[in-house]
Amino acid sequence: MANAQGPSFERFSTSIPTMPSAAALGPMKRTQTPVSTGTSVLGLRYDGGIVLAADTLASYGSLLRYRDCTRLHKVNDNTVIACMGDYADFQYLLSIIEQKAITEDCMDDGFNITARSLHSWLTRVLYNKRCKFDPLWTTFLVAGSDMDDDGQKTEFLGYVDKLGTAYKDGIIATGYGSMLATPLMREAVEAKTKDGGQLTEQDAINVINDCMKILYYRDARAHFRYEIAVIPTTGSARIEAPVEVKGDWQVAHLIRGYE
Amino acid sequence: MAMSLMRPGGFSYSELANAGPVQHHFSPYTDNGGSIVAVAGKGFALIASDTRLSTGYSILTRDQPKLYDLNSNTVLGCSGCWCDVLSETRLIEARMKLYKHEHQKEMSPGAVAQMLATILYSRRFFPYYVSNVVAGLDANGQGVVYSYDPVGHCDQNLFHAGGSSGALLQPLLDNQIGLLNMEIKPTEPLTLERAKGIIKDVFISAAERDIYTGDGILLKIITKDGITQESMKLRHD
Amino acid sequence: MSSIGTGYDLSASQFSPDGRVFQVEYAQKAIENSGTAVALLGKDGVVFAVEKLVTSKLYEPGANRRLFSVDRHIGMGISGLLADARQIVETARTEASNYRGEYGGDAPLRYVTDRVAMYMHAYTLYSAVRPFGCSVILGTYNVPEKKPEMYMIDPSGVYLGYLGCAVGKAKQAAKTEMEKLQLSDMTCKQLLKEAAKIIYIVHDEVKDKSFELELSWIGEHTNGRHERITGEVFTEAEAYAKAALDEESDSEIDES
Repeated sequence: MANAQGPSFERFSTSIPTMPSAAALGPMKRTQTPVSTGTSVLGLRYDGGIVLAADTLASYGSLLRYRDCTRLHKVNDNTVIACMGDYADFQYLLSIIEQKAITEDCMDDGFNITARSLHSWLTRVLYNKRCKFDPLWTTFLVAGSDMDDDGQKTEFLGYVDKLGTAYKDGIIATGYGSMLATPLMREAVEAKTKDGGQLTEQDAINVINDCMKILYYRDARAHFRYEIAVIPTTGSARIEAPVEVKGDWQVAHLIRGYE
Repeated sequence: MAMSLMRPGGFSYSELANAGPVQHHFSPYTDNGGSIVAVAGKGFALIASDTRLSTGYSILTRDQPKLYDLNSNTVLGCSGCWCDVLSETRLIEARMKLYKHEHQKEMSPGAVAQMLATILYSRRFFPYYVSNVVAGLDANGQGVVYSYDPVGHCDQNLFHAGGSSGALLQPLLDNQIGLLNMEIKPTEPLTLERAKGIIKDVFISAAERDIYTGDGILLKIITKDGITQESMKLRHD
Repeated sequence: MSSIGTGYDLSASQFSPDGRVFQVEYAQKAIENSGTAVALLGKDGVVFAVEKLVTSKLYEPGANRRLFSVDRHIGMGISGLLADARQIVETARTEASNYRGEYGGDAPLRYVTDRVAMYMHAYTLYSAVRPFGCSVILGTYNVPEKKPEMYMIDPSGVYLGYLGCAVGKAKQAAKTEMEKLQLSDMTCKQLLKEAAKIIYIVHDEVKDKSFELELSWIGEHTNGRHERITGEVFTEAEAYAKAALDEESDSEIDES
């Protein structure tokens, strides 16, 4: 800086308009909260396929903002994904996934993306976004079929969240479902399979229906209308027409203290 | 590594008392728990992990081993922030292949150890939040173990416990394998069978005290004949 | 082509004194060395048929396709240099994809054709590039409006809508055959056989030994999706074409 006695270098400086310092601008803002959100999704493996379920509600905080949003998407004939979290982020990823599916159909070489590949791809997309501190506020379940080490087709059910945390398992539930439904599903599967028994498609659907009912009763962000997808290992995946939980609130008048 | 201080999966009851809009703060990290124990001996190396993957008080899955065979004589164990584990191990896998094709030979455990330190340090200011342990056989066929902090400090040891039960198990290994504070020391060197027994025992102990360790363990045995594996059940609660 | 050798045919960016762009005309010539591609627009869809000349027995069956899907709802048949045409297919796919990205729906055929034609036209303007040596036929079926559509783009970048279109070696012969049909009263099922027949009729056995027939369609019955034809439907159409060809050659013999 200019010395009182010495020469002032400031006189020679060209006048470049100064940018506001980074500190003055404050930190850069990115997605910090989800907006319209969907609640839990469930996934359950049965002998020969996967069942997925999600209700049709997109909440805006505590408001039941969009009551007829499907949160299941059939990617191709044997891959279905389900999403919890920000509905806009889900739609954004869907548009990319849909274009991938179209490109594949146009190639017309008989190849379709597998559930395992799509799951892996999603981990990379979500992880890269988290590394930019700009997450896609979603949790996905990916269901379909996979090849085991012997080249046999097996069931595939995978989880990916907004950080890129990913794993596969036969029983997965997200959000409140992980607290309320996972134990129910684990119990049901253990009971069915403990003596070498198998869980059939109908068994799995029944368990999922029970869990969706419990979630509707207990999760304030859950909706009575929900959809189920069945993804058999061999054959076509299907998303069933929405079904409704017939709530039984007979005991409600007995509850005191919340008036 | 102060992972236990971080509980993004959890919540405080005071949050529930404050009715009104909730501000979600995005944290790129989460602690998914899991423990790794590795022991090096004469002519063998052992490395084991539990198979539980958790977040907060929830168990994501009971069947997620955390060991990666890098080649025929090196195994990597990773636990911590699972999304970082996945990304880091994918990068390592790719680097292992590049090395193999460029040099026409398998990478030695020492080279793996140095490469891992470099990879971790490359993310010095946005670290992979992972406890890494490498176990392998060196050029002389002797077991080696390397352990790391999340940003790439590498240390060569004879045994190491990392992950959520690391702090719980390390003193136990210090005593049982390092023979610290032992009045009457055994004269025989550590055998593979004894090391295996210790590992299984310490995991059983860890599962009793650490909620992030349990469900089962996967144990890899590295000898000059290659890698074999064993598994064992742990507490399922 | 009396002006050949006068120096005005070396660049696409220069007119000849009589107002022609020779490079574009040469590109059109290139198409005339290629197998014939026809497309017929019926009352419920569009049918494509291509005579794919097979120049070596060592090629795998089905290799070097000349019928493509641009999107699920747009089919494309090509004639001319295959490598050039593949770039056009890619451009068209990108346009359809961009439209979907921006507006979230199926791109109108007119829009895709216009964009691709502009792209091809741009290659007729500069000395540093060569025009595309291919013509492409695009077809779609608009399900809600029950309206089939078809366009052909040539190397100059001109595109026109057609009811029946032929490009390639035997385009004249093919057009003559088409004119015998009441195209707009016919269904895809009928047109498919006729299209196959046209390809068999116009194929020159003497000059080009072997060829592979390629068929595809898009219409009401495919729910507006472009589908390559294989299996029984293909065999049936091919059998019809061969039978018609035999009949025709028989009658020719009778006449002589």
